[in-house]
Amino acid sequence: MHDPMNLSAQRPRRGTTPPSFRTMSSARSSRSILPGFGLSLGFTLAYLGLIVLVPLSAAFLKTAGMGLHDFVAAVASPRVVAAYKLSFGASLAAGFVNMVFGLVVAWVLVRYSFPGRKLVDALVDLPFALPTAVAGIALTSLYSTNGWVGRWLAPYGIRVAFTWTGVFVALTFIGLPFVVRTVQPVLQELEPDIEEAASTLGANRLQTIVRILLPQLLPSLLTGFALAFARALGEYGSVVFISGNMPMKTEIVPLLIITKLEQYDYRGATAIAVVMLVSSFVLLLLINLLQKWSRRYHAI
Amino acid sequence: MASAIATTPSARPALAPTPRANRDPAWARGLLTAVALAFLACFLVLPIVAVFAQALAKGGAYFLAAVREPDALAAIRLTLLTVAIVVPANVVFGVAAAWAISKFKFTGKSLLTTLIDLPFAVSPVISGLVYVLVFGAQGWFGPWLIAHNVRVIFAVPGIVLATTFVTFPFVARELIPLMQAQGTDEEYSAVTLGANGWQTFWRVTLPNIRWGLFYGVILCNARAMGEFGAVSVVSGHIRGETNTMPLHVEILYNEYNIAGAFAVASLLALLALATLVVKSAIEWRQTGSA
Repeated sequence: MHDPMNLSAQRPRRGTTPPSFRTMSSARSSRSILPGFGLSLGFTLAYLGLIVLVPLSAAFLKTAGMGLHDFVAAVASPRVVAAYKLSFGASLAAGFVNMVFGLVVAWVLVRYSFPGRKLVDALVDLPFALPTAVAGIALTSLYSTNGWVGRWLAPYGIRVAFTWTGVFVALTFIGLPFVVRTVQPVLQELEPDIEEAASTLGANRLQTIVRILLPQLLPSLLTGFALAFARALGEYGSVVFISGNMPMKTEIVPLLIITKLEQYDYRGATAIAVVMLVSSFVLLLLINLLQKWSRRYHAI
Repeated sequence: MASAIATTPSARPALAPTPRANRDPAWARGLLTAVALAFLACFLVLPIVAVFAQALAKGGAYFLAAVREPDALAAIRLTLLTVAIVVPANVVFGVAAAWAISKFKFTGKSLLTTLIDLPFAVSPVISGLVYVLVFGAQGWFGPWLIAHNVRVIFAVPGIVLATTFVTFPFVARELIPLMQAQGTDEEYSAVTLGANGWQTFWRVTLPNIRWGLFYGVILCNARAMGEFGAVSVVSGHIRGETNTMPLHVEILYNEYNIAGAFAVASLLALLALATLVVKSAIEWRQTGSA
């Protein structure tokens, strides 16, 4: 008769070993009883490898074949340096503005109620959802000298479109949701007890906010800033219409890469791209560390 | 980075009542609300209103003509074709990655999660550039592709590949924290009751993750349709053949056909608004039933 407990010396096969035996053996081994590990992990790694890692390595390998002298010449020429200054500078400025206003927006959305609050909350995600080219032409038409906003600023001599300011405005637009969405859950989870304790101990509202709340929000604020900065650094579609693309003045790095590609200067384009890639990886690492710091105190 | 941005439905509960000791003075509340709303109005509302106003600036008939023009229709078709290939592929990847990461223990999990987040840190232009480096005429596979008369760069396959690179994290990022939060108990129970892998997935896991999956698909779709930088590099901008909708918008705008450019752009903007509506509907549903 078939041995229901399979106590024979034969090694148990899947599907015939009773559950208790299987769990006992898997508790000691590192493999779970859930099937599909090999298939899912294998597919994931293959997909990642083919779509991401192989192409990215092409950039590094091409630069590796360039030689240090050529690399530095490609990366340190005045036009490229001007583009780096514009991209990094405008992204930093936009990140700071988004940090300040993003905190205000998150505060208002979490703590105050006003008509249309839910609608505004949903609208904050617009820069995530809107295609960058659409944002680009919309912002350009708004801020050019006969645009809805530009015409109010023109009499004061303030030009936004086709200047550094235009780049800054576009980068602020696309970075807006990052700070709001990283700060909101943290604000949401703050216990009111601490603030109440502070006020019973004699702190006024401003002291409570600056000395109790802001330090708790700092990790998420910095994470949002880093995310917005990383996004702004590589942004192309929203910026390329409003910037005017004048070399040495309003040329952002992604556009410079495309210009070099169109001139078939693959090596120059790749060299510039590798510098950006390295900064992206550094930022990614920084963001991960910031999130680990955040998670020590909060549940996100 | 998977949980950095709280776009997952369960992460944004409703407004909580503030105890009296923690309430800001009325003038501060008014001022901050006004500042926040003014900032948002200036940076969010104005651009979207501008898109629709400019699209209809020359009247409805011009709008329809611009959208029905053959090159515009070809661009719409190409965008839809790209999305039809990219989104299902990324869904399969997202589900596989989330299954591996959330249901099993293995070393290198955080490295894997970071790799999945890579496209968010890489500029779209660079995403396109690396494909040109691999598949372009001077790239690694260039000579082989030319010899076999296969065109990847400056043709549809290149556009599909570049779009896949840029959009593959979306579904995975939605599913990973969701499936991690749901744990493995139900799947274990299913397996002990005799289900095989596929049965466990279809009948136990999938119903649990369906809203997160839907959410991820919506985001992936919106991003795939709107991708501009990466596609701009690999596409070759051939009117009627390798132009997606965003590229077509760029061409029309550069030709000073402003109303036409905004007409096609307004279709994309409608898609963005629809995405937001669906997103919010899912979130309100979750908080309502949570």
